[in-house]
Amino acid sequence: MHIPEPRGPLSAALLAVLAGQPTEIVAALTGLPALVAARLAEADDVIEDDDIQLALFCLYELHYGGLDGVDDGWEWHPGLIAVRRLLEEPFERGLRVAAAAAVPEVPPVPAALPVSDGVATVLFALAAADTGPSLSKYVAKKATVPQLREFLVHKSIYQLKEADPHTWAIPRLTGRAKAALVEIQADEYGGGRADRMHSTLFAGTMRALGLDDRYGAYVDTVPAIALASVNMMSLFGLNRRLRGAIAGHLAIYEMTSSRPNQLYGNGFRRHDFDAAATAYFDEHVEADAVHEQIAGRDLAGGLVEAEPDLLPDVLFGATAAMALDARLTLRVMDAWENGQSSLRSGFSVAA
Amino acid sequence: MTAPQERPDREPADGSITVCPDGPLLVRGDFEILTPSGEPVPRQRRTVALCRCGASAIKPYCDGTHKLIKFRTEPPGPADAGE
Repeated sequence: MHIPEPRGPLSAALLAVLAGQPTEIVAALTGLPALVAARLAEADDVIEDDDIQLALFCLYELHYGGLDGVDDGWEWHPGLIAVRRLLEEPFERGLRVAAAAAVPEVPPVPAALPVSDGVATVLFALAAADTGPSLSKYVAKKATVPQLREFLVHKSIYQLKEADPHTWAIPRLTGRAKAALVEIQADEYGGGRADRMHSTLFAGTMRALGLDDRYGAYVDTVPAIALASVNMMSLFGLNRRLRGAIAGHLAIYEMTSSRPNQLYGNGFRRHDFDAAATAYFDEHVEADAVHEQIAGRDLAGGLVEAEPDLLPDVLFGATAAMALDARLTLRVMDAWENGQSSLRSGFSVAA
Repeated sequence: MTAPQERPDREPADGSITVCPDGPLLVRGDFEILTPSGEPVPRQRRTVALCRCGASAIKPYCDGTHKLIKFRTEPPGPADAGE
């Protein structure tokens, strides 16, 4: 991915460090923890802080495709891992607060059912109770073509590496939960066909709307909350202790996907875009109806069956995903209903 | 419901059908989906979910509509994966 524009003193200092060599003593590196502390003291909300979320996004990116020109040796540099942890702790706290605020009461797991069925029942109930404003209905009925482009730009931060954060969890699971995650991920990655990979299908949709389909092309244009949604997945996926959260995240993501993707596809068809543009959405209508069953019962349910203590984290992952999705939706809908762009000010995505 | 791979006491069949509570039939393994005249139904994935509520717009596959119409499989069907 290209090097993003800094969004404040912390991300600027981090990018300056990354421009150097990890084998050299970099004076700027020792200054990062103080900048983190200063930024955290200033930020009202870690989740919506541009500087913090961009810094975290860049640190995580070292574990994915990397940043253009940045030495691969930085990935496991102890100084940067320390900074990542300084950012992850308050971020995770913020997510727990946001999750509890979004879903104050989670229904109990029905005792009459086998554990895995009970967990799936609770997750399906959470997904069904998600009654916030609907981006998918707006896209289906009202969105203009420029708004469809914005919608894709927000999604592109994740969808061009779709499924990758959850893949981190595979070696942390065993038995039924592991088999379930691999079954879902194999489908996400096209079942052996590169042209059927969900990230590839999404790139096709972007091209059909005249957008740049290179990974991270629009990272500078999206608000902090869009970066936070992806950072949340990386946090859950890269920390073994949060394997319950990444399982819960995937389950709720799949459970809130089939119907919205049908509506998204309708929005693009309304503007006469063809099957090349809608293939991504059409695929998700069918795929996620399969995945939600496997993710709810075998992945999340199977994990709690094997490790009952992980139930609270499974529910945390699910409700945190709902909380951040609701915030991003609110931000986008608020802008659109006021005739404004939902991207950061000064940016547009005219094709 | 227990996944077939978790039941070593039972000889696994070539295919399995999992009856999802209030949801579709999840079909895994080695199978074909055919039209009445024997033509293969287009299929993009190994494991499929077949519509059980009748309301899917992409039959024979499930599209999640069972949740919108509050489809219920009660009284409870077999609680275990198909035998």
